[in-house]
Amino acid sequence: MKVLEMQNIGKSFNDLEVLRDISLEVDHGEVVSIIGPSGSGKSTLLRCATFLEKVDFGKIKYLGKPATMVNDENRAMYVGSSQLAEIKNYFSLVFQNFNLFPHYSVIKNITEAPLSVQHRDKEEVMEDAHKLLRKMGLEAKANAYPYQLSGGQQQRVAIARALAMKPEILFFDEPTSALDPELTAEVLKVIRQLADEKMTMVIVTHEMPFARAVSDRVIFIDGGVIVEQGDPEIVLGNPQQARTRQFLQTYQR
Amino acid sequence: MLGLMGQGMLKTCAIFILTLIGSIPFGMVVCRLRKSSFAPVRYITKFYISVMRGTPLMLQLLVWYFAPYYLFRMNIADWRFPAIIVGFVMNYAAYFAEIYRGGVDSMPVGQYEAAEILGYSKMQTFFKIIMPQVAKRVLPAVTNETITLVKDTSLAFTLAYQELFSVTKQVAATGTSMVPFAVAALFYYVANYVVAFVMEKIEKKLDYYK
Repeated sequence: MKVLEMQNIGKSFNDLEVLRDISLEVDHGEVVSIIGPSGSGKSTLLRCATFLEKVDFGKIKYLGKPATMVNDENRAMYVGSSQLAEIKNYFSLVFQNFNLFPHYSVIKNITEAPLSVQHRDKEEVMEDAHKLLRKMGLEAKANAYPYQLSGGQQQRVAIARALAMKPEILFFDEPTSALDPELTAEVLKVIRQLADEKMTMVIVTHEMPFARAVSDRVIFIDGGVIVEQGDPEIVLGNPQQARTRQFLQTYQR
Repeated sequence: MLGLMGQGMLKTCAIFILTLIGSIPFGMVVCRLRKSSFAPVRYITKFYISVMRGTPLMLQLLVWYFAPYYLFRMNIADWRFPAIIVGFVMNYAAYFAEIYRGGVDSMPVGQYEAAEILGYSKMQTFFKIIMPQVAKRVLPAVTNETITLVKDTSLAFTLAYQELFSVTKQVAATGTSMVPFAVAALFYYVANYVVAFVMEKIEKKLDYYK
């Protein structure tokens, strides 16, 4: 079962074409890493997948349910807001800058949306939240406020907040780019653990060894198109395209 | 003397409290209109704010009070106090609206995006995520405005309303005494001391997060 299908996606900001005819499909339980130079369109692709940006062209489907329809010229039209709201339940996104709610405690950050958006049972939500905190190694921080936490701890709370919504697929937009190496390791460990549990994930990252270890598939994007994709050992270990090789060399200092 | 001045103080308090009750929420409405995506609404609101800020409140009070009679020959016998409150609320709402706008605009876009990803509606995002944080950010500026308001109540003197300032002037003239001035000064000072004290308490209460 395909969790996400994006077909022939095009996106421009004014006259600048950021994504050109990109297609991306993600299977249930698959971990896909997206790499590429800054400005390549990888974050925009994620933002389009999560509806933070609207695509101009192409189809988006989650679990077979269309979020956009296209006309003869492949121009995208979004479905109604109630259908879109339902589809939004299928995914969540972890941001580069965490974007926790500073006025909520850790536990409230995690439980607020399941309670007031999904209207789930309070006891169940609280139990889930404590389980997630245990998993993130943050049980002791349930009542802390975000400013009292390190960046790595904040990002783990953000991951817990995303998981509390019980998404079918979890997107990560450079989840460790705002963290120093030590804190990066603790966040990557959590993501790796999720991969072992067969969580469906799409990760935009600059952490090449991590992408190689954790992914089922690596996609290299440059100039708004997919240049190369496939097995991480091939894309990262023995790339077929000159541009991929050139990009990876900048990471081997 | 003190009896007259006491009544004046009560009237001053009435102007102060009613103006706050009216202008703090109305300022939110004005702020929302000022940020409307419909350009005519935005421009009209901008014009309203610029007039409220660009002309003396004293003059505005005269207009609110006399316009119904000068323009429409309406009876304004019972209109004095309402005109004062309308004038103050309309004026202060413009200032509060701009303070709120500064607070709303200073919110990082990531807060909106996180709320959107979590499925919050626009209303929920505003009331649960944005407004509590904006309130904390604008509090010092709101305190400033509130302190100014305590002193601005004396402008009701323009419409011969018997609030503390008007009464003080009369009582002092009658008794050729400095005492009423001192009493009035003490009253305004203590009132503002209380305002600052209360606002500081509220700020401390919101200090649990950064």
